[in-house]
Amino acid sequence: MSRKQAPNYIPFTKEMKKTHTILIPNMLPMHFKMIMAVMKTYGYDCRLLETSGPSVVEAGLKYVHNDTCYPAILVIGQFIDAIRSGAYDPDRTALILFQTGGGCRASNYIPLLRKALERAGYSQVPVISLSLAGMEKHPGLELTLPLMHGLVYALLYGDLLMSLVNQCRTYEKEKGSAQALAARWVEKLGTELGSGSRIRYSDVKRNYREIIRSFAELPVERFPAVKVGIVGEIFVKYSPLGNNDLEQFLVNEKAEVVVPGLLDFMMYCTYNNVLEYRIRKDRWFSSVINSVATSYLSRKKNDIIRIMEEEGTFTPMTRFEDTIRCPEGTIGIGTKMGEGWLLTAEMLELGHSGVKNIVCTQPFGCLPNHICGKGMMKPIKEHNPDINIVAIDYDAGATRVNQENRLKLMLSNARENLEKELAAEN
Amino acid sequence: MTASGSSALCSLGIDIGSTTAKVVLMEGNTVLYEKYERHLSQVRTKALEMITEIRDLLIGRAFTAAISGSAGLGLAEAAGLPFVQEVYATGEVVKALEPDTSVVIELGGEDAKVIFFAGGTDERMNGTCAGGTGAFIDQMAILLNMTVDEMDAASLQHTRLYPIASRCGVFAKTDIQPLLNQGAAKADVAASIYQAVVNQTISGLAQGRRISGKVMFLGGPLHYCQGLRDRFRETLKLTDETAVFPEYGRFAVAMGAAMFSRKDSRQFSYETITKALANAEGAVTVGHRLPPLFASEDEYLAFRDRHAKATVEEDDISSYAGDAWLGIDCGSTTTKLALISDENRILYSFYSSNRGNPVELVREQLSKIYELCGDRITIRGSAVTGYGEQLIEAAFQVDAGVVETIAHYTAARYFQPDVDFILDIGGQDIKCFRIRNGAIDSIMLNEACSSGCGSFIETFARSMGYGIEEFAALGLRGKSPVDLGSRCTVFMNSSVKQSQKEGATVEDISAGLSVSVVKNAVYKVIRASSARELGQHIVVQGGTFLNDAVLRAFEMEMDGPVIRPAIAGLMGAYGAALYARKFRKSTLLSRESLASFSHTSRAAVCRGCTNQCRLIINTFADGRRLISGNQCQRGLGLDAPDAELPNLYAYKRDYLAGLTGRPGKRGKIGIPMALGMYELAPLWHAVFTELGYEVVFSRLSTRRTYERGQFSIPSDTACYPAKIMHGHMEELMDEGLDTLFYPVLTYNVDEQGGTNHYNCPIVAYYSELLNGNMDRLKEVTFLYPNLNINSPRAFTATLFEAMHRHDPSVTRGECRRAVEAGLEAYDRFRRDVMAEGERAVAYARAEGKRIMILAGRPYHIDPEIGHGIDKLAVQLGFVVVSEDSVCHLEEPQRTRVLNQWTYHSRLYRAARYATHHKDTELVQLVSFGCGIDAITTDECRSILEPEGKFYTQLKIDEITNLGAVRIRLRSLLGALEAKEGEETA
Repeated sequence: MSRKQAPNYIPFTKEMKKTHTILIPNMLPMHFKMIMAVMKTYGYDCRLLETSGPSVVEAGLKYVHNDTCYPAILVIGQFIDAIRSGAYDPDRTALILFQTGGGCRASNYIPLLRKALERAGYSQVPVISLSLAGMEKHPGLELTLPLMHGLVYALLYGDLLMSLVNQCRTYEKEKGSAQALAARWVEKLGTELGSGSRIRYSDVKRNYREIIRSFAELPVERFPAVKVGIVGEIFVKYSPLGNNDLEQFLVNEKAEVVVPGLLDFMMYCTYNNVLEYRIRKDRWFSSVINSVATSYLSRKKNDIIRIMEEEGTFTPMTRFEDTIRCPEGTIGIGTKMGEGWLLTAEMLELGHSGVKNIVCTQPFGCLPNHICGKGMMKPIKEHNPDINIVAIDYDAGATRVNQENRLKLMLSNARENLEKELAAEN
Repeated sequence: MTASGSSALCSLGIDIGSTTAKVVLMEGNTVLYEKYERHLSQVRTKALEMITEIRDLLIGRAFTAAISGSAGLGLAEAAGLPFVQEVYATGEVVKALEPDTSVVIELGGEDAKVIFFAGGTDERMNGTCAGGTGAFIDQMAILLNMTVDEMDAASLQHTRLYPIASRCGVFAKTDIQPLLNQGAAKADVAASIYQAVVNQTISGLAQGRRISGKVMFLGGPLHYCQGLRDRFRETLKLTDETAVFPEYGRFAVAMGAAMFSRKDSRQFSYETITKALANAEGAVTVGHRLPPLFASEDEYLAFRDRHAKATVEEDDISSYAGDAWLGIDCGSTTTKLALISDENRILYSFYSSNRGNPVELVREQLSKIYELCGDRITIRGSAVTGYGEQLIEAAFQVDAGVVETIAHYTAARYFQPDVDFILDIGGQDIKCFRIRNGAIDSIMLNEACSSGCGSFIETFARSMGYGIEEFAALGLRGKSPVDLGSRCTVFMNSSVKQSQKEGATVEDISAGLSVSVVKNAVYKVIRASSARELGQHIVVQGGTFLNDAVLRAFEMEMDGPVIRPAIAGLMGAYGAALYARKFRKSTLLSRESLASFSHTSRAAVCRGCTNQCRLIINTFADGRRLISGNQCQRGLGLDAPDAELPNLYAYKRDYLAGLTGRPGKRGKIGIPMALGMYELAPLWHAVFTELGYEVVFSRLSTRRTYERGQFSIPSDTACYPAKIMHGHMEELMDEGLDTLFYPVLTYNVDEQGGTNHYNCPIVAYYSELLNGNMDRLKEVTFLYPNLNINSPRAFTATLFEAMHRHDPSVTRGECRRAVEAGLEAYDRFRRDVMAEGERAVAYARAEGKRIMILAGRPYHIDPEIGHGIDKLAVQLGFVVVSEDSVCHLEEPQRTRVLNQWTYHSRLYRAARYATHHKDTELVQLVSFGCGIDAITTDECRSILEPEGKFYTQLKIDEITNLGAVRIRLRSLLGALEAKEGEETA
């Protein structure tokens, strides 16, 4: 084991659980707020970092190799910037990051974060690897079943809210009302998930319905808008900090944004372990466990879809079983580093569901995206001639004007296509 | 032409690109007025000015209007005018005016666009990392010391083409400078620059779609540069009928904007549009700004006085009598000379841009020096350093050549005997050395993609219409410098564009550029996170530090004063002169021989081997010759060195070349020798031979291999070893193979060297990309099964599944035997390589030779990917071993980063091996675009440096200038020798 453990690893101990505040990087504010509420129930004092601005990037560039992917620079920069700001006592603060352990260099965020902390003079700060693969031992963090259960609901609620907000935001009569409504729900659901009492699934399903109805009642003025899907590397896909507030930009351009949910990525991770046995004849036992996990998550998601269908008004998400089938004829589903085959699948899935305009986001120089993003655009276009994809690179040095100019090109074509469609209908 | 009084509705199109503004006024499809001007970043004023000029045409009539262009985006928003994206605008024009066009290629100042019409419209723009545009051509013209027109005229006279990278200006510069310094003809270089632009456009934008049919070329550069048109026409094999260069090329976007504006119902009058533009001032938001370089005038004066103290005394050359020594620093962009007296005083100094011909420059200066010396002064010795070292040394019979690093250290020590850190920022290089115990302890040089150096600021100053000194002086007064980030120049260009859009002043841009050059040096090159990591006594030098704004920015970043010798720009030459003091009688060309000196150069291709190096042969008046551009000694007309030193790279190449197929019952199978195949070829060779296939590998790569597959590469920023694979596939298909194989391998061989044994995403899945992007693969059978090579059982199962599907006659038993044979062949290969590694090491120790672990990935043995660096190292006297031939001599490493890739865990073990052996140095090869190496390089450094070893990194890409590599390796040698001298003293 000694050869496997990095020399600068500090475990998060049971004592630390009592004394330390855990900082969480910001990727999906709604999801993460509810996750925090769940964590709180089990005794973890978490804070979501919502800082942005030049000091975050500057700290990242200073302490992380500048050729590393942009999300690492941002996430690490955000942590260091937060500790440096004096708002947190470095002796009583821990950091947490999700680690998949895949073959993409993103698995290295945690070691890079430790190196950065050392250089910045905060080597005492423990970094917790939140990994389903159990990559490191952290006695203070126990992923018990009830805790995981709570986290799953946080993700489910988060994905639902994200989908509904996106379907209303562009059309709302009162600016900001959809997000305000979502924020109220996050507050309420967080309290519920954090109350410590057992979560009853019937309550959850009732909540789904109420959420959908509340959004259906939101005053909106619908018009034929251009629909734009966002896919890509998980951090720059979701995080406004990473993608220069891409969603807001698109909404300002009067486009309806469609963003596939976070749960799909989780299922992609578990399902890859199923495929590991099916394709590579390796690790049978893990494939059985993960098969159970995948169908469990998928059932939960399908319940939301069913309720959305029953309630009407909004377009439901795509079933994971359908997503899995999308890549056929383009990319092999053994492609499992980074966002892997899921990225290709999401582009195709968007196309199938009528979202023909897609922004494929990636950090500059993202290795897996050479294959499953940019590398698959040609076959995707062959299968869907009317698809309109733009690949945007995000980086500390990439400027907004450059990105927006390319987005505007995509939008110009999208609008022209929409006009043609509308004309054809009349 | 005049249209006043006409009542028809006109439309006004304004196109504001990165460097120029275009205005057109149209009535229907007829252009009434057009104008094209550089805007020098004064976007709004220029637009307003250009509208005001056509007041007479506009006054009293209503018209529609729209703005387009990358710099027009912000203006349109601020002025509340309609905006149309420029590529879209181009599409509109072409569809209306030339509907039979199949492809449009448009080059702008900083953007390149391609629109495909035939078979579904597809509009593309260059990504964030891309050169090969107007700004690139401008930069290159400056480098050649020509105007763009002169460069274009010259290019038409070319007789040959050199490969030049066009990914960004910095890369190209590293290719072009040595060509110029070695004496290549400007006409050939000019045409090669255009060819680079063409290649960049095709590989960066066509992305697998063929450019054919009627092709229309638009945009400023294609309007002005005849040579560029020729290159495009020739490369795309177009005729006069199919290559269209319309007269309105430069105005296409503006015309598109005008035509598009008719869709908008809004109408303007002269008054409303000028008012909108006038009111747009200050309406834009301002990005992040930095504190000023000086808070007050007093602070500036104190700064100036402090630095005025670091001077060198001078002596008057016209009265001095006695001995003198000459130092020449022939750098990448500038040439410097220093003549010193026996008290090391400067008698004469010279600093000038190369103007594309350093030999002539040095000849002039030498004549002048001889004249000034008269009979009073005798030159006792001379030394030359810098990029042009070899050429100048040969041309003028200079006594010695000195590696740059040693020359600079010699000079810095003269000013500050306790110096422990030297930072030198020159025109194109950043060099830093840390000094410990009087010897150079570590050397850091900028890599191709991180160069924000002096020439960058200079080029920018010129493009904004200022001289460099004036521009620097303005920077000192910047009240709130713009924050431009610390990325490569392409990114900085767009950052500047953004800040201009936000209305930043020239003062703030100049200061911001200085700060970003400094940040680039500190965080990217030195990789420091604070001042205390550098040292106590920092000396800064190099021409760029003559710019007070840069010096001040550095002091602010370091939070303390540093020493800048007044001769900051001359330090290389001064150091060379100090170095030359050991000579008593100089071999330098005498005054008489100098008078009859002449120099010609011509290009040739070496036929010594299949590499076909492009040589430049310099001939001097007395018949002496200097040949450069070669990768090896062969072809230099020299005898081959008597016994070549062991070279594991050559050994592995020979091993793989020995894997030939034998005819089998199932026919032939083609396997590309690319990426992971350099490791696993013995395995697949045995597997398929056993299965009854005749295995045909593609040959080792050449530049041609890359070019033949270039058009189907979808992601231009992937690494060269991956991109070249397209060519290998083409080669196999050209040879008539109809079954090709390259597996998907998530995991590599498990050597128990780390926590896992992954391949990188590119090595693992590149065949997925090939399958999706190479249309020709649809005509053959391409097998790319996802296999598991980690256990014989799983290997057999996955192989059987794939092969049985392909050919139902394949049995499970056959697969089992094939797997056995494969694994055994692979083991034999690894054992042989390791044994050969040990043999090489033993040889080196017996013969007292230095050992270099040239550590990279298996594919770096390819002569095109590794650019023959292994041979260069052998020439310099190293025994070369590869990382995979010595890694077994060390235990697996506990690293601070995740050690989960097979190839990289070998790297860490090899680095550890170097720390245990005094005679062993590690040099890491890093391919541009390798994301994982952003992690391994820091880790390797942190294994080596604490143990007192040097860490040397060579970043390589599709084209790599061996001159720069040679300097680095010689610096390493020089530093090693100095360190040993120190230890034995």
